[in-house]
Amino acid sequence: MAKITLNNLSHSYVSNYTDADLVLRDVNIDWKDGGAYALLGPSGCGKTTLLNIISGLIKPSKGDILFDDKNVTSLNPVERDIAQIFQFPVIYDTMTVYDNLAFPLKNRNLSDTEIDSKVREIAEMLELTSTLDNRASGLTADGKQKISLGRGLVRSDVNVIMFDEPLTVIDPHLKWILRSKLKELHQKINRTMIYVTHDQTEALTFADQVVVMHEGQIVQTGTPVELFEKPKHTFVGHFIGSPGMNILPCQIKNGQINFAGQEIQSNSNIKKNNFQKTQLGIRPEFINFSDKGIPVKIKRVSNTGRHKIIDTECRGGTIKVLSNASTEIPSGSAHINFDQKYTFVYGDNWIIE
Amino acid sequence: MNKTINQKAWFFVVPVFVLVAFNAAIPLMTVVNYSFQETFGNNVFAWEGTRWFKQILLSERFHDALGRQIAFTFIILLIQIPLGIGIALTMPKKGWGVPVCLILMSMPLLIPWNVVGAMWNIFALPDIGFLGYSLNAIGFDFNFTQQPGDAWFTTILMDVWHWTSLVVLLSYAGLNSIQPAYYQAAEIDGASRWATFRYIELPKMKKVLTLAILLRFMDSFMIYTEPFVLTGGGPGNATAFLSIDLVKMALGQFDLGPAAAMSLIYFFIVLLVCWVFYSLMMKNEVKS
Repeated sequence: MAKITLNNLSHSYVSNYTDADLVLRDVNIDWKDGGAYALLGPSGCGKTTLLNIISGLIKPSKGDILFDDKNVTSLNPVERDIAQIFQFPVIYDTMTVYDNLAFPLKNRNLSDTEIDSKVREIAEMLELTSTLDNRASGLTADGKQKISLGRGLVRSDVNVIMFDEPLTVIDPHLKWILRSKLKELHQKINRTMIYVTHDQTEALTFADQVVVMHEGQIVQTGTPVELFEKPKHTFVGHFIGSPGMNILPCQIKNGQINFAGQEIQSNSNIKKNNFQKTQLGIRPEFINFSDKGIPVKIKRVSNTGRHKIIDTECRGGTIKVLSNASTEIPSGSAHINFDQKYTFVYGDNWIIE
Repeated sequence: MNKTINQKAWFFVVPVFVLVAFNAAIPLMTVVNYSFQETFGNNVFAWEGTRWFKQILLSERFHDALGRQIAFTFIILLIQIPLGIGIALTMPKKGWGVPVCLILMSMPLLIPWNVVGAMWNIFALPDIGFLGYSLNAIGFDFNFTQQPGDAWFTTILMDVWHWTSLVVLLSYAGLNSIQPAYYQAAEIDGASRWATFRYIELPKMKKVLTLAILLRFMDSFMIYTEPFVLTGGGPGNATAFLSIDLVKMALGQFDLGPAAAMSLIYFFIVLLVCWVFYSLMMKNEVKS
């Protein structure tokens, strides 16, 4: 078990790199011992690269990795004592389920009785006990992924357990079961876990702290609530939430926010205005219909059963509004109001606080 | 989908039918014909029943040739398969080394059989060949035209040189199809190099290796041209493998009946081994 510190990590896959070749730029992270963390971002944002750097499969071009304040940058995965579970189930085809689970322990020369008790304990936890003597290659995809998970969890001495989109190949209904199993395991064994995913539901339900990545950078670290209520970057705004945050162009003049000819009240403290681009961010959840306010045209209403998502048009742009399914939606022209507490101004994509 | 019944479609099969008839079925039936009869030329035949088959199956000459053939095939498989896997494992996975290695590896495969035989014949000649001369120069009494052991050594070396590449290329393809996650997982599980080979690489290469063994079995079991050019089956009958012995009987002695019987027995042996191999392969396929 360890706390993990990443200092100014940058990485490029080419050896003579320029700034444009960087897939990770200047990543700084402080993770506490025993926490559950998620790395969230779209495909290609560098999250798997970051994970492989933490595990030691990739050496970073720049920066340091510290486990409990000990620099491990030059150590290989075995020396770092970590466990990693991959996107696609990796199993040893010719072995039984039991031997698969015992493999990492055998390689570390544990005694047979010790191996046996650990394997049975993990098998019990993952409900693999009845298949222990079967050939691993005969199992279904989720059975195989359970073995992969089991191989990661079977060692008690690991500093951190890392998951690289481990539920990609699992059927939706099993995803829920395995995900809650992981959460349960985290509480039981209390080890640092890092979970990489592009699925916001997975990240938000698994982790205490979510790290959102965008184009090789960390754009925000926070609890799921923080990410939802106060996105620090426009990317976080529209990546998290369904539908995502409305990002609307606005002007700032004399300390006043002007959008669509109206003065808007926000939670941002706008003193200076030296940005090339200023935008207004408001989540669809925090917009209400009212008698006066910003004039919009109702274009489309889609009912998801629980909510209504209303596409409104305002001066050529779309503003999405989320209402309860029972709310009466005006047709044709309407007026909307933004909840000041959840309205923020973004200067060059970063929040102005 | 509804299939339309149209008997005219049979016409499309006719060309293939004719082709197969003339290049396979009819020649094979001719051989069958010879194997049950005695002929003295002029298309005069006399029925002999299974006499030639009994004669061949009981003859010491056939037993010896079959024994030599099995020994040869067994030895070259024993050398080429591990050697091929070994070379494939050491080949680079990316960079400029890949095309260089692949071209070097393919070269022996592109040389015609009789040229390979001629090359090695000259190469191994004790008086003027580089290999033969060198071996003698450093104190070995090497003469593949006189000593059976040396003839075997040269023949096996030639076959290894000619065909190991095939095993290398197949193994290399098998190795390259393994996803990097497997190696990463093995690294994290703390697997040794040997364990990685034993539990990841070898199982993942199983299919291509089965294919390699099957191909090398068939080719080496039916080998003719190279040893014919290299040793001509000699010295004596030391390297007279089945096909060399068969040609000697058919064209040298003109014993058409026994030769035909021998070809059929030879054919059935190859067929039987391939069938056994194929069934085993398919059985494993169904299981996994």
